[in-house]
Amino acid sequence: MNNPLALVGRAFLGFLAQTGRAAQFAGRAIWHSFTPPFFLRLHLAQIMRIGYYSLPVVGLTAFFTGGALALQIFIGGDRVGAEAIVPRIVVLGITRELGPVIASLMVAGRVAAAIAAEIGTMRVTEQIDALSTLSTNPFKYLIAPRLVAAILTMPVLVLVADIIGIFGGYLVAVTELDFNGAVYLQNTYDFLRTNDVVSGLVKAAVFGFIIALMGCYHGFHSRGGAQGVGTATTNAVVTASILILAANFVMTTLFFR
Amino acid sequence: MARQAPKIAVENLAKAFGPKTVLDGVNFNVKAGESLVIIGGSGTGKSVTLKCILGLIRPDSGSIRIDGHEVTRLSTSERERVNRKFGMLFQGAALFDSLKVWENVAFGLIQGRGMKRAKARDIAMTKLAQVGLNAQIGELSPAELSGGMQKRVGLARAIAADPEIIFFDEPTTGLDPIMADVINDLIVATVKRMGATAVSITHDMASARKIADRIAMIHKGKIIWEGAAKDIDSSGNAIVEQFIHGSAHGPIQMDVLRA
Ligand SMILES: Nc1ncnc2c1ncn2[C@@H]1O[C@H](COP(=O)(O)OP(=O)(O)OP(=O)(O)O)[C@@H](O)[C@H]1O
Ligand SMILES: [Mg+2]
Repeated sequence: MNNPLALVGRAFLGFLAQTGRAAQFAGRAIWHSFTPPFFLRLHLAQIMRIGYYSLPVVGLTAFFTGGALALQIFIGGDRVGAEAIVPRIVVLGITRELGPVIASLMVAGRVAAAIAAEIGTMRVTEQIDALSTLSTNPFKYLIAPRLVAAILTMPVLVLVADIIGIFGGYLVAVTELDFNGAVYLQNTYDFLRTNDVVSGLVKAAVFGFIIALMGCYHGFHSRGGAQGVGTATTNAVVTASILILAANFVMTTLFFR
Repeated sequence: MARQAPKIAVENLAKAFGPKTVLDGVNFNVKAGESLVIIGGSGTGKSVTLKCILGLIRPDSGSIRIDGHEVTRLSTSERERVNRKFGMLFQGAALFDSLKVWENVAFGLIQGRGMKRAKARDIAMTKLAQVGLNAQIGELSPAELSGGMQKRVGLARAIAADPEIIFFDEPTTGLDPIMADVINDLIVATVKRMGATAVSITHDMASARKIADRIAMIHKGKIIWEGAAKDIDSSGNAIVEQFIHGSAHGPIQMDVLRA
């Protein structure tokens, strides 16, 4: 009964089953997101909720990240040539990695949790059943607007994070490290690569998809009242964060090797 | 003339949740325009039966036919089309808490049938008036209503699109006796006026007597008695007798600790 191998095996099978269910859910979600009917008012409302209201959180974290990054590169690097190295690494690090990843992790905490809690509550109070009886497909009415909104707004948020993050680095360099502002900006501009920015935005769209999908998936399958919704919320944030970091690694390997 | 197929035909419906068998071969028919009331103890699977018919729960086996068409293995889009025939009042009302009361009532009209908002709003307000709620309440959000009021909004939503088949899951639970009777009258009127077919679940025998043409009693996963509403007092079935008299003593044993 307590054979450890059986335990591992069962856990692994459970994991496979869960992954299969999530993949099937993702397929249905994508299908319903891009076939009519569309609920445009709901799409707009979600764009506001997911995108616009995430701006302060994303802006603040990007700012501090850019600042800390500049400081660390300066401390850890060679003093000689620091005026060129610091802006270069800041712009590279922010646009390629930190901008998309940090912004997405913040949005995962904010949005995946909110989506899971909302849809989970609708599930346990039978509101999702009620949708079906009113001839409205829950995938189209609830999931598609969130998915589309997250995929569209995440790149915009990351673009904002890029700009503010680079600005954070600039501010630290100029005020704390006595860099020349004009030179810093010139160096930043010289090392700014379109490909780096675009790859970051592609990452952002994928992360947006992951965030909305995990929120919807865990909310949709929550059961058993307040506690079930709580579990769904936690799982949504945790799985979204892990998947974001894993997907980031895969995409970095694909884009930059 | 060939006999018309029943509006709803349920045959050998079975459903278990894990090891727990809830429905164990349920059979009943409802004719068009008829009002059937299902009675039975708490947790005997009455709500599950309705959800199986609506396609919200997939039964393990058995057949459900609506207007002669099998509906247990439908695709999502076919299901949506069939569900247009239905209105459902959920036991817990299940109102959309992100929408106003009138938007809840108008939901099926606007989303399901593409009606203009202004027109749907008028219809919603009329239906709300029928369940004793005024236009001011229509502008509130469901969370601001009492449980009984939410129930009545759920009822208004269920009948808003004038469905052919209406399911009421405990329509009078949580209402005061007078409002309960108003709702009973409304259900009778809805069924008579619209010619709708109704299946209601209730524990309230006064309500059952008033709204039912026929009554079916579910017990241990099966329909154990079925007959005209007027025959309920002479059923000759000990289980039914105990249930309608609400006695703790009889063939139905409650699993409770006795002091
Ligand atoms: N989704 C579900 N998952 C697991 N078990 C369920 C589910 N839905 C219902 N059940 C179980 O099925 C049984 C029947 O539930 P149902 O809601 O149909 O009872 P009911 O006859 O409507 O009772 P009541 O009169 O109290 O509303 C219950 O024991 C319940 O625990
Ligand atoms: Mg019930």
